[in-house]
Amino acid sequence: MIHSPLPQTDYMASGHVGCPGCGATVAMKFALRALGEKTMLVIPACCWAIIAGSHPQTSLKVPVLHTAFATAGAAASGLRAALDMRGDTETTVVAWAGDGGTFDIGFQALSGAVERNEDFIYVCYDNEAYMNTGVQRSSSTPFGTRTTTTPGTNWKHTRKKNIVEAFAAHRIPYAATASIAYPEDMIRKFQRARELKGGSRFLHVYATCPTGWRVPSDQCIKIARLAVKTRAFPLYEVTDGVRYTLNHDAEPPLPVRDYLSVQGRFKHLTDDDYGEIQAMVDEDWELLKRKVALAPEEARA
Amino acid sequence: MNDNIKFVQGNEACVEAALYAGLEFYAGYPITPSTEIAEHMAVRLPKLGRRFIQMEDEISSICAIVGASLTGHKAMTATSGPGFSLMQEGLGYAIMAEIPCVIVNVMRGGPSTGLPTSPSQSDVYQARWGVHGDHAIIALTASNHQDVFEMTVHAFNMAETYRTPVILLLDEVIGHMRERLEIPGPEAIPVVDRLRTSVRAGIDYHPYLPREDGRLPMSDFGSEHRYNVTGLAHDMWGFPSSNPGVVHGLLRHLTDKIKNNVGNITRHKEYYLEDARTVLISYGSSARSALHVVEHQRARGERLGLLELQSLWPFPYGLVEEKCAYARNIIVVEMNMGQITRAVKRAVKDPERVVLANRIDGVFITPTDIKNILRLIQGKGV
Repeated sequence: MIHSPLPQTDYMASGHVGCPGCGATVAMKFALRALGEKTMLVIPACCWAIIAGSHPQTSLKVPVLHTAFATAGAAASGLRAALDMRGDTETTVVAWAGDGGTFDIGFQALSGAVERNEDFIYVCYDNEAYMNTGVQRSSSTPFGTRTTTTPGTNWKHTRKKNIVEAFAAHRIPYAATASIAYPEDMIRKFQRARELKGGSRFLHVYATCPTGWRVPSDQCIKIARLAVKTRAFPLYEVTDGVRYTLNHDAEPPLPVRDYLSVQGRFKHLTDDDYGEIQAMVDEDWELLKRKVALAPEEARA
Repeated sequence: MNDNIKFVQGNEACVEAALYAGLEFYAGYPITPSTEIAEHMAVRLPKLGRRFIQMEDEISSICAIVGASLTGHKAMTATSGPGFSLMQEGLGYAIMAEIPCVIVNVMRGGPSTGLPTSPSQSDVYQARWGVHGDHAIIALTASNHQDVFEMTVHAFNMAETYRTPVILLLDEVIGHMRERLEIPGPEAIPVVDRLRTSVRAGIDYHPYLPREDGRLPMSDFGSEHRYNVTGLAHDMWGFPSSNPGVVHGLLRHLTDKIKNNVGNITRHKEYYLEDARTVLISYGSSARSALHVVEHQRARGERLGLLELQSLWPFPYGLVEEKCAYARNIIVVEMNMGQITRAVKRAVKDPERVVLANRIDGVFITPTDIKNILRLIQGKGV
């Protein structure tokens, strides 16, 4: 008998074809527990388009529309409109895309959809590069990362795009980050997103990729936790684009080096590089804290 | 040890050839089975002081190379299936604005996401007619890595010669297969450089006024001459025009500059065609299986020959008609539902002699597949 406040019914079966230690599969497992059976998934080209598996071994127990790379936001808009015309307000439409399909090629369709305040949940499971094609940089790839298209000394010298801020700036009803290392927090956010019907909800889920990040597969959750503990990936929510709530204070923070130095993709960084990244993390954190401080009292609960 | 001999994927052979041809700028987006082209470019170009950019999608990729080429640098991109579909608008723009560039499409199974890791040759017609509006296009292909090298250089040369985008149609087998490549010495393959205008700075330059030989000298955009570039129908200054005479002349020019030069653009190889009673016509990786069948059956005394097309568009109607004139049977070997077969039927007298040997199931066409068709034609059954 499991005593847990978390929902226990799984809509993702074992036997997926993800790599060992894949964080994106952990994210899906908990997301579907929170979202329940009345969920439709829209998945563009991404790892999950493969991970779900082939018939009859597919690991997902909910309907899946595997759509074109650039189009998750658009396809989800169409599904929602049709459900509404049929009078089905119970089913939740969930777009489930990787960082390439969200930050890069899918950004236009998603920006268009959330500006129309389409009634769906958009989930970006973020493994910080194009993993399905063999680890090429995306605009989600953090400063300092080596990928196959940012090799050698040409490692990525620009910052990761701040996607939650981009969608907060669209003033959507709900935008939040979540991490596979904090399942209670993540499940609560998925449940909240599901309950906030009537507008666009965006969830940015941190999903470790042992294959692409060159870490042992058993370190998947530990690295995700380090990202939060070092403030590299803060857990927070934004309501209506302006009310910020911090969900985990990480006080005192661990140095970001603890998070970076255990990953092969950052092995080449020097002390100066670590210092530069630490300064970026500190700057982002201060900015976030100031936004949280601006929010009304009730939102900070 | 000869450093010029390599054991590489076709995608890498394409990269080496592009650098040989003087490529200075690459913009692209990862997509199987073309990704290795971007990955090798990301390593090679910065070391040579040239630029590689990974873009946010394929629409951006082709538009970035158009900008770089116009401003005076040889540029290319590479993609596959869905990415090539996204590039069609930019491709049409490059045709209309007459901007030399090379687009590599490493073909995979379609439509849509299709079969990302399987071979196909089903984008042949998309290469010809994927762009809206009347236009002509140059599309090349190759069946082995040495030819990938030569045809990539040829692609750049044709782009510069005719001021047009050129499509290089590789396929998954060629892109991913590893085999020997010998990098030719400098000047072993002629390289056509950018033809720049001799009009001096400050003198009126007409970007779209052909010389007597039909070529249009370019001026690096933003340097010595101020001129306009647009995807709208335009006059010889590059300014928009809806004057019927100007529009008519522009469209005729865009098609004629390629159609009238089929002979200069066409590349082909032929094997045992002199006395062939059965002519196989193929291209790309399929031609490897076709050649195997020809050589195998020749050893048994059958009079088979192979015409390997290395340029598909503009289609070499005259060449195909000539090479097939005495053939009893013509078998087109390709991995699609007969895209080049249709063109071959239009080229030859008695099109009922033309049959298709194909596979469309994501499996590479084998010599046995072709032999089965051959036996059927010969009335032997499979």
